[in-house]
Amino acid sequence: MNQFIQMFKPKTKAQTTTLFAWALISPAAIYMLLIVVWPLVETFRLSFTNSNIGTLIEGYDYIGWANYEKVLGGRKFPAIVNRTFYWMFLSVGLKMILGLIGATLLASNIRARGVIRALVMPPWIIPIAIGCFGWLWLYNGHFGLLSNFIEMVGITDGPFSFLAYKKSAFYSAVVTDVWIGTPMVTLFFLAAMQGVPRDLYEAAYVDGASRWYRFRRITMPQIMPTVITMALLSAIWTFNSFEIIWILTEGGPRGATTTLIIDTFKTAIFSYKFGAGATRAVLVVLILSVFSLIYLAVLGRVSKKFGYAGVVK
Amino acid sequence: MMDKYSLPHKILIYFSIALFLTFMLLPFVEMFMASLRPLTHLFHRPKLELGETIGFADFISRFWSKDFSFQAYSDIWVTVPQLPRYIFNSVFLATAVTIFSLILVIPAAYAYARFNFRGKSVSLTLFLAVNMFSGAVLLIPLYKLLRMYGMLNTYWAMIIPGVAFLVPTGIWLLKSFMEKIPYELEEASFVDGASRLYTLRRVILPLAVPGLVVVGVAIFIGAYAQQFLFAITFNQDRDYMPLPAGIFEFIGYQDVLWNEMMAASLVGILPVLLIFMFMQKHLIAGLTHGAVKQ
Repeated sequence: MNQFIQMFKPKTKAQTTTLFAWALISPAAIYMLLIVVWPLVETFRLSFTNSNIGTLIEGYDYIGWANYEKVLGGRKFPAIVNRTFYWMFLSVGLKMILGLIGATLLASNIRARGVIRALVMPPWIIPIAIGCFGWLWLYNGHFGLLSNFIEMVGITDGPFSFLAYKKSAFYSAVVTDVWIGTPMVTLFFLAAMQGVPRDLYEAAYVDGASRWYRFRRITMPQIMPTVITMALLSAIWTFNSFEIIWILTEGGPRGATTTLIIDTFKTAIFSYKFGAGATRAVLVVLILSVFSLIYLAVLGRVSKKFGYAGVVK
Repeated sequence: MMDKYSLPHKILIYFSIALFLTFMLLPFVEMFMASLRPLTHLFHRPKLELGETIGFADFISRFWSKDFSFQAYSDIWVTVPQLPRYIFNSVFLATAVTIFSLILVIPAAYAYARFNFRGKSVSLTLFLAVNMFSGAVLLIPLYKLLRMYGMLNTYWAMIIPGVAFLVPTGIWLLKSFMEKIPYELEEASFVDGASRLYTLRRVILPLAVPGLVVVGVAIFIGAYAQQFLFAITFNQDRDYMPLPAGIFEFIGYQDVLWNEMMAASLVGILPVLLIFMFMQKHLIAGLTHGAVKQ
């Protein structure tokens, strides 16, 4: 026993440091192993079973790849994957564009900058669910502001329920998602813009460069790392977006807003098909892992090229 | 000179800002307006002839009419007797999540900020990888885990998964704060014969208080914001429901009392808005720290 303990006793200063550091990290690490890693492994295992509400009592069976064959061979699945990616690209693209515009405006030399910056933040800091309740009312067909407004200006000739039709429900959800995501993107872009050394602009100004030219040739390259990292992080979060769609449409009408996450939730929690739900969750995790690898690779590149790593959440 | 704008330029900038702010604030303005309008006003559509559409006056009446009142703000406590409880739950859950997160975050952030050790970058990357996942992919096993320990329909059902998704961000944020504390202070403490733990407790932590406050507030706001998915999946008990889940139930009713619902929503976001207002400057500086070239 004594020998055993001796074996683990640190011998060098580096070992002592490693041991102490890990002792400090271990509470957080163990917690994550229990609450995140173990459930992930469990999800993977469950995805090969027929576990559902009916098998809770007598126990479930392993059914091999049957769940995967069913999901991947399903008629609806390709459409759901396409929709998820469309949702992600559209929403992230809009967030980036609005974020750049917003940050440029806030970085300009105007009055009450601090106040305006603070006014942009609320959609980000309040609970997503509560913001969605507000949008739910805005999208209301008979009495909502948007419907009444487009009726008044003559775009429609009567009430229009934004969330009742496939296309409009999808784009309405995108608008809400953009609304929630834009403040953070704006804030980070603004911080990056304010970090650009002023003498660069001054030198360009003296040489007669126009504003647009300065933006294109100084601002954009300088904040590129932040733009890239924000785009990737935003992509991951938008892909994962659950509350917005669930509160606005619950994935409807007729599946028009069902993304992978919504499909997973519906299958697992609403239909109690734990095995089939776990299969979808595994597929989501696989896609996200690919994103994460891209993210890490890009992050490595970016930090090599620009000397720092942009942002992490 | 460089920062001067010509008049058309100025107009364009202020106009764009107005548009941008309208988009960001419109839902709040409309929520507030709806909360002021009595139901008869809220669900009123002018009688229109065939082919006629809503006029300007009708449209404007949604922003100002004589029968506006704060009635909904007092009715709401009667319609939803559990409302105080929901608000308490929300604040309580966010506070608990913040405390538990900080307990896990502080030592880990210190280790990452101060020491070079084996497995440092790999483990930090793995922590951050958790941010990539949505809680939605872990629901099934978490449900089983919580049921196994009898934690479904308790506060724990929302605290335990909530903490897991805030720890990585917390570590990252606090790490960058701790890196700014000069290392000489610790060296001095070591030279005086203090142990590592004593140094962490007596030298580092007091100096890290401003950072701790910012990270704590950031976690609190995050915890307050994420109270939906876990709440609707792991908890059916109204006694433990946080506000968003409570109001969501409200939407399921036959006739949604939109004015009261909006009033409840606005009351519910007051705590975070107040905290944000006071902490705004520090929070933004702390969060965007990584985006600024050093």
